[in-house]
Amino acid sequence: MGMTMAEKVLARASGREVVRPGDILECSVDQVVQVDLSFALMDKVPTRVKSPEKISVIFDHSVPAPSVKDADGMAIARRYARKFGLKLYDVGRHGICHQVIMENAIALPGTLLACGDSHTCAAGALNCAARGLGDAEILHAACKGTAWYIVYPTVLFELEGNWGEWVSGKDVLFYIADKHGDFVNHNLEFNGGAVEEMILDDRHTLATMCTELSAEFVMFPADAKLLSYLRERTDRAFEPVSSDPDAVFESVLPIDVSDIEPYVALPHSVPHNTIPIRKLDRVRIDQAFIGSCANGKLQDLSAAATILKGKRVAPEVRLIVTPSSQEVYLEAVRLGYVSTLVEAGAVITPPTCGACFGHHMGVLARGERCISSSTRNFKGRMGSSESEVYLASPASVAASAMTGYIVDPREV
Amino acid sequence: MLIKGRVWVFGDNVDTDLMMPHGAFDKPRSEQAKWVFRANRPGWVDLVKKGDILVAGKNFGTGSSRPAALLFKELGIDAVVADSVNGLFYRNCIDFGLPAFNCASVSDSFRENEIAEIDPRAGTIRNVTTGISLKTGKLPELLLKIIAAGGLVELLTHEGYLEPSGS
Ligand code: SF4
Repeated sequence: MGMTMAEKVLARASGREVVRPGDILECSVDQVVQVDLSFALMDKVPTRVKSPEKISVIFDHSVPAPSVKDADGMAIARRYARKFGLKLYDVGRHGICHQVIMENAIALPGTLLACGDSHTCAAGALNCAARGLGDAEILHAACKGTAWYIVYPTVLFELEGNWGEWVSGKDVLFYIADKHGDFVNHNLEFNGGAVEEMILDDRHTLATMCTELSAEFVMFPADAKLLSYLRERTDRAFEPVSSDPDAVFESVLPIDVSDIEPYVALPHSVPHNTIPIRKLDRVRIDQAFIGSCANGKLQDLSAAATILKGKRVAPEVRLIVTPSSQEVYLEAVRLGYVSTLVEAGAVITPPTCGACFGHHMGVLARGERCISSSTRNFKGRMGSSESEVYLASPASVAASAMTGYIVDPREV
Repeated sequence: MLIKGRVWVFGDNVDTDLMMPHGAFDKPRSEQAKWVFRANRPGWVDLVKKGDILVAGKNFGTGSSRPAALLFKELGIDAVVADSVNGLFYRNCIDFGLPAFNCASVSDSFRENEIAEIDPRAGTIRNVTTGISLKTGKLPELLLKIIAAGGLVELLTHEGYLEPSGS
């Protein structure tokens, strides 16, 4: 009986030949990523760390610091990183951790990555086994180099068919959320011809969003596209994993992407709460947000710029655009996306999690409604508990910003 | 170790942003606890008592890695049992020293104010009020040890790995 991708990584990291669903393992982690927010929320720091060369500290949740509490957390993080000689992605060299993890090849195929943020399964797009840890266990991983994992059953999605206009990884996720709901206590794996066609950014979006289905590890194959991306960014060695032909999947779910159209998630949750945008009655919006670890990438700013070129954001709407890293930001400036978006009436913020978790740079007032390309639409997520967040792809958000109501980008 | 207490019942998909709203982030821990469930069940934090137990529906704790489990400990909650506990929230409970259990039909088997008795080693939860008993699955030794130590932060502090950050 063979193993799935995640099982193979967990077997290696726990020093076992074979692991099976139900096993609980103590694993050596290959990389540890700590974020600014943990330092602001926890009142302890390590006195010693296991392997400084395996630890990165990334500033992302509140950049630049909007409060003394955030600034204090970052000061603690800087002292800690300096003391142990850790790699620090400080303000100006920063980005949302999952983007920085990808751009800097902190996640590598076949490795196990621990990060104290819930959307860590994003790194699965790089064939890396990664799931979010909490603040206590990320300290443990930094101090001792290990974390415990439960091996969960795996569900395999096989994506085939042709991609429709303005259909992206975000829409695939919402389609899955519509048809299948959540996957609590399950690993997910994606493959198939339609996955091969996806650019890495889009795979990364899809992997990131699997957190909203409560998935554990999310794995994508290491294909030529991924390997050429990594070759440009690292000379570290790695060994990709693929599932054995006789790997055991709890279920195999085929998806024909030709059936998928631009989707929207209605307020307050994602599983079983998404519909094709064209089925939505006219919903007016106050704010449109393009950003977050899911959709603040170059492809996303490019989509928004394409839609908004020569157009204007609707007068009663504010459009906020947050590139997901300094690298993305700079590239978007070079390619002219930033000027296109500003000309259309957008506000560009520095890279930060910011508006995505209602922290700064786009907090919602009571009674306001936002269409957002971010990850989450929980009650109160982006500000007042009396505000509403709809989620969609950046193309759909840009189109909606233009019309003033939530709209299918194929209609504008 | 037996855990016995009065039960509160919550529904499906209760998320971390309800447990620990963003507004609580910049407050001291004791004050953060006052924000728990402010949007979905205002006033609950004033009713909850030390030793109470949370029973919930599916995917309890879906959402972010924020240390919401710590706030339940701060409020005196002794255990969490849900039809399914979100994977990351489950980790956070265990690793902050709060016993958490998956038990498929628990939310149908309890009403508020009934008394639950959990035996983590035997892997059972009993409704003392109605007499119904359910299986929770045994907590593995590795996780029991973390809980017994009061969580990973306690454990690491005890072993000299952590110091106050001085914030
Ligand atoms: S952008 Fe939003 S979802 Fe992503 S890491 Fe930041 S706060 Fe979390």
